[in-house]
Amino acid sequence: MSNIPADLKFARSHEWIRQLGDGTAEVGISDHAQHALGDLVFVELPDIGRALSAGEACAVVESVKAASDVFAPVAGTVVAVNDQLRHTPELINRDPYGGGWLLRLRAQPSSADTGLLSAGEYGTLTAEG
Amino acid sequence: MPFIPHTEQDVREMLAVIGAPGIEALFDEIPAALRVPSLAEVPAGLSEFEVMQLMQSRARQDGRPLCFIGAGAYEHHIPAAVWSTVTRGEFYSAYTPYQAEASQGTLQSIYEYQTMLASLTGMEVCNASMYEGATALAEAVLMAVRANRRSKSARILMPRNLHPHYRAVALATTGNQGVRFEELPYERALGHTLPSSLAPFAGQDITALVIAQPNFFGVFEEVDALTDFAHAQGAFVIAVVNPTSLALLKPPGSWGQKGANIAVGEGQPLGCPLSSGGPYFGFMCTRMEHVRQMPGRLVGRTLDLDGRPGFTLTLQAREQHIRRAKATSNICTNQGLLMLAGTLYLALLGPEGLERVAAVSMQRTEQLARALTAIAGVRRVFGRPGFHEIVLALDRPAAPVLAALSERGIEGGLDLGKDYPELGPALLACATETKSAEDIETYARALAEVLRPARAA
Repeated sequence: MSNIPADLKFARSHEWIRQLGDGTAEVGISDHAQHALGDLVFVELPDIGRALSAGEACAVVESVKAASDVFAPVAGTVVAVNDQLRHTPELINRDPYGGGWLLRLRAQPSSADTGLLSAGEYGTLTAEG
Repeated sequence: MPFIPHTEQDVREMLAVIGAPGIEALFDEIPAALRVPSLAEVPAGLSEFEVMQLMQSRARQDGRPLCFIGAGAYEHHIPAAVWSTVTRGEFYSAYTPYQAEASQGTLQSIYEYQTMLASLTGMEVCNASMYEGATALAEAVLMAVRANRRSKSARILMPRNLHPHYRAVALATTGNQGVRFEELPYERALGHTLPSSLAPFAGQDITALVIAQPNFFGVFEEVDALTDFAHAQGAFVIAVVNPTSLALLKPPGSWGQKGANIAVGEGQPLGCPLSSGGPYFGFMCTRMEHVRQMPGRLVGRTLDLDGRPGFTLTLQAREQHIRRAKATSNICTNQGLLMLAGTLYLALLGPEGLERVAAVSMQRTEQLARALTAIAGVRRVFGRPGFHEIVLALDRPAAPVLAALSERGIEGGLDLGKDYPELGPALLACATETKSAEDIETYARALAEVLRPARAA
């Protein structure tokens, strides 16, 4: 049973988003996703300042056997990326909801988080999967 | 690893399991209008004996000419052990098996190839080979566009004295992906790219500069000045190099202050015979900082659970079977067999042997230049040192001269009229270590004969 913090929202494509309260939000991939990918060896992060639309591929997480896109859960502008992942991508395996965060977005005011799942809904989705 | 075809019984049993009436039924989702009912243009099969007779008669038409054509593919002596090893059953496939680690010998040969090429080019990492030199350059251009994050322009500076086929293949492969090429002129008396010809691009957004060393004319470029200029503009440097020449020349990894970003080239001179344009293999090397954008795969050395050394695929996650449309390229193992020939060739010659091949080749090219330019009406075009090739100007059109030489059993060089009309009647000639002093003398005598009658007339 994977770990699903109750205060986060989730995309069906296995990203999580955390509102930081200052108009920005942190994005990462779920415990379920890191477990499915296996040991991560490389992370490709977007440039700071890049404008993303909801659902746009914005990062790549690469394990020994696969490289997968990470999609922006909401529209926004990249304000920070987790530079520690460039040398220690395994942080995502160890701490997917904390030290393994990928990027921070300033969400567009108009962007709604429609389509995102609550922790409970995401738990049901991954239990089915 | 044996490859055993299915028997008719195997096929029947498999069809029975999935409930299909026959093989044809597996293709029924293809609309009938798209199916080709028969291949009327393909002639009926020949027996093995008939094919042998046909091929022998065609081979006889080629004769055994004395070949002085280089222009990107070079005749070198290949030790007999190279191809007797390559054609062993354990190796005789172009591919890595799908469970690559099951074939440790194949992986070890790729690992050794990577190690030797990285060492030869002075780069940190080398992939498991490309199709040939020209597509390796095209892939390097695409890689530079992906990896050079400072540049948004996808503009590539391409010298006119780079092999015309390489320029054509790079354009054909990348032209529809938004890549733009700008041609750099060469210095007309010396044949190289003047560093000052880059001045108009100072301060502009350039993605990469391609530098060929030696260039198509065989002339050496001022690689340090060109490399440093490119890096000062934030551009990548893509080196196109002849692997044999690297036994003598400064490797791309040491060009200028920082070294080239990507080095590619044609691997044919390493153990692959001349054969109508291929199959050959290409090589691609880069620095570790760009490795994720490099196409293809890498083999690494590791330890198994019991601590014994072994080999494994360490980079393949961006290949097409995993990343589909987002793969860095369609290249995988590709020319594995030719790459193996290159590995064996390098292993048998060693650094010293390769250096001797390169040095003797240079010497023979100079002998050829002296012998031919002693003939009235033949002049050396470029006054700069080089490797393997010389450009000779003639006092009359090159094509009939080359045809007359061909009748005498000599392939005298490549007519440059089509690709470089600005040079006037000119040909590109080459001598490697395979051309003896007598061979060169034979060529010079024949050329003097061919040129004499018209001069008398």
